[in-house]
Amino acid sequence: MNEEQIRLVILDILDKIAPDEDLSDLDDSQPFRDQMELDSMDFLDIVMELRKRYRVQIPEEDYPNLVTMDSTVTYLHPLLKDVESPA
Amino acid sequence: MPLPDESRIVITGIGLTAPNGNSLAEYRANLLAGNSGVVPFETRYMPPTVAGVCDFEVTRHQKRKEARRGTRAGQVAVYCANEAVVDSQLDWENTPKNRVGVYLGITEHGNVETENEIYEITQFDYDTKVWSHHHNPRTVANNPAGEVTINMKITGPHLTVGAACAAGNAGFIQGVQMLRLNEVDVAICGGVSESIHTFGIFASFQSQGALATHDDPTKACRPFDANRNGIVVAEGGGICTLERLSDAKARGARIYGEIVGYGMNSDATDFVLPSAERQAECLELALGRANLTADDIDIVSSHATATEMGDIQEAKALHTVFGDRESLAINNTKSFIGHAMGAAGALELLGNLPAFEDLVAHATINLQDRDPKIALKQLVANDPRELPKVDYILNNSFGMLGINSVLIIKRYEA
Repeated sequence: MNEEQIRLVILDILDKIAPDEDLSDLDDSQPFRDQMELDSMDFLDIVMELRKRYRVQIPEEDYPNLVTMDSTVTYLHPLLKDVESPA
Repeated sequence: MPLPDESRIVITGIGLTAPNGNSLAEYRANLLAGNSGVVPFETRYMPPTVAGVCDFEVTRHQKRKEARRGTRAGQVAVYCANEAVVDSQLDWENTPKNRVGVYLGITEHGNVETENEIYEITQFDYDTKVWSHHHNPRTVANNPAGEVTINMKITGPHLTVGAACAAGNAGFIQGVQMLRLNEVDVAICGGVSESIHTFGIFASFQSQGALATHDDPTKACRPFDANRNGIVVAEGGGICTLERLSDAKARGARIYGEIVGYGMNSDATDFVLPSAERQAECLELALGRANLTADDIDIVSSHATATEMGDIQEAKALHTVFGDRESLAINNTKSFIGHAMGAAGALELLGNLPAFEDLVAHATINLQDRDPKIALKQLVANDPRELPKVDYILNNSFGMLGINSVLIIKRYEA
């Protein structure tokens, strides 16, 4: 997957765990939590979905990398670059 | 001596979802019209079966995210609790939320989520790292009641009452007691069931030889009928707002009825086989507490689940207490909706409450060939029965491990 494909995957996961949110105007440079209702359990859902979909294990010390869309994509790209895009 | 209004507990609001109705009006209309809510149903691992399935609007009172995070029992509870409060016309915004208690009867809780998670890890070679972090908050026994408090911002006490299939009555009884103890001013109470979403309940009844089968799902649940062959599992919820009569009068509330008597006891005999003797004692306990005799009761809402021993034992208990009194009407709501487990007692009572106004006992459907071992002449078979008066309704609800509950409601006269 390239970075744009990873971004779409994250958007799909966010849509699933926060179905009441409008994600169309998400600012990729700003923390998710500043733009939507997202608590620690929701955050763990993101980690869980990545684990289930792509068998990616994200260690707890790396969680700060998942604060914004930009930082999440940057962090995940090396881990997912050899994975085929679902689209 | 009559109780003071401060100790008299009345029903002021009703919220429910049943397999054949998502409001009291819709449910009552279908009970009077003989319309079943039992449909074909498929669940994991089991051959096709039948069940009572609800189709209430989950998002009427809950955000989609909240519904996703919680449980089906939580969805049922949140829907019914909100509907009850709306129906009560309480000034909810100005009701002190620390004086509201939530007491919900459940037959079981957590099986649905545990089965789901076990299924999920089988898809990942039993890797427990994919076991959901939501599992514990979803499976704690207080979950459905707790979800109601979060949704409605209630800061008073909440708990579930685990009482097998006596749970619906038990939820009401807990509410009555807490109001009388002045622990709360409003009790949101009753029972809920998510049981159709656990395959285990179907499989266990099947192994016990107690799971109903029929080519026509609407005819599968046949209490007291010679051709009955077991239980139809159902989901649902029945929740009321209870208040002290003094408070209800002060705000000019609509009063559906007064809970004038209740009884709970234990068979202390067997895990599954009920005791007619203890059930009869429970009936007498409730009558005594209400200062009534068997002659006073107009409608008995029976518990019968369409298992042979269950039906026969309850019929014996009822015959012991009520004999052949012709003025009595005995009906059975499970014949329409199946066995709504934790919600059964609540839904069966609520379906009968409108009889105080319309003077009709709804029927026991699917009673074509009465079991000769059932000596109840008062059964309202297949068609509703008009009654000259309805002043008292008695609601039976019994469960596994020999838990018995009886509730008596009196028509309220201002």
